[in-house]
Amino acid sequence: MYKAKVNVTLRPSILDPKGKATHHALQNLGLDEVEQVRIGKFIELDVNANDEESARAVVEAACSKLLANEVMEDFEIELE
Amino acid sequence: MMPTFGVIVFPGSNCDHDAYHAMKHVMNAEVRFLWHKDTDLSGIDFLIVPGGFSYGDYLRSGAIARFSPIMQEVIKYAEKGGPVMGICNGFQILLESGLLPGSMMHNQKLRFVCKNVYLRCESTDSLFTNSLDKGQVFDIPVSHGEGNYFIEDDGLKSLHDNDQVLFRYCNEDGELTEEANFNGSVDHIAGICNTGRNVLGMMPHPERAMEGILGSEDGKPIFESILNALSVA
Repeated sequence: MYKAKVNVTLRPSILDPKGKATHHALQNLGLDEVEQVRIGKFIELDVNANDEESARAVVEAACSKLLANEVMEDFEIELE
Repeated sequence: MMPTFGVIVFPGSNCDHDAYHAMKHVMNAEVRFLWHKDTDLSGIDFLIVPGGFSYGDYLRSGAIARFSPIMQEVIKYAEKGGPVMGICNGFQILLESGLLPGSMMHNQKLRFVCKNVYLRCESTDSLFTNSLDKGQVFDIPVSHGEGNYFIEDDGLKSLHDNDQVLFRYCNEDGELTEEANFNGSVDHIAGICNTGRNVLGMMPHPERAMEGILGSEDGKPIFESILNALSVA
C-alpha cells in the first residue's frame, strides 16, 4: 500500500483571489514579512499497487483526469 | 411538431425546474427531466445542462458531474452535432468535460453575485442567437460564485478568430466598462460556443428572465432562436 500526497496549486500566471484576501488578513495581523500567499489543495490517496512506479502512474492519471484542472492548475505528487 | 427538450438533473441541481418551466410553460415545448444516471437520450432534440451545485461542487465546480453516467452520453451527443446548452453550473460542467475550452475560477472579488446584469450579443451566427441583433443588450440575472472565465491568450485568440464569443458583460448602453465585468472574466466573456457551434455555455440565466412579472423577459429571444433553428432543421 502506498500513500500519495498530492498538492494542487493554481498556476503561477493565474491570479489567486483567495490567497490575496488571506494575505491582506495576515498584513492586518502585523505579519508584514509575508510577501505573498497562494492557496491550493492537499489531497491524500491510499493506493494499492505492486510497486512505486505503478502507484505513481495511477496517481498521475487521477490528477490529470480529475483532481487538477490543467487549464489553470499544476499538481505535485509525493509517494511514501 | 414541437421539439423535445431534455433537462439534466444532478444531485444538487437547482435551476432544473426553472429550465423546465421556461420551456414547457413559456415556450410551450415538450420537456423531459433526465436523471444523472440515465444513459438514454433518444427522442431528445435539445439538451439543457442546468444551473445549481451538482455534487455539492466538491473538488471544483462541475468536476464530479463530468464523470456521471449521463455526461458520457452528452459528450457523444454533442460530438455528433446534437445541440447542448449549459447554463451557470451547466457551463462549468461543459468546460470540465472538454466540450468547451477554458475554465472557471472564483469571482475576482470572491463574492457570490446574485443580481441582474447586462449582456451584449456578440454574434448572431449560432442556433442560440439567430433571432438576436449583433450588439443587442439584454437584462439577465446572474447567480454564481465561480464565474470568472479564464483561458490562455492563444485560446482567447482562437475564440475570437472563430467567432465563438456569443455574449459579453456590458453596461446598460452596451459599453464594456470595468464595473460591468463584475466577476473578472477574461475579455468580459459571459458565454461561448464550440467551433461546431452546437454547444453553448453561459453563466447568466436566460431561463430566469422569461416573464415580465418576474422582472425581465430578455431571456426569451435566446429560446426563440433555438426553437427557430430546431424547426428549420
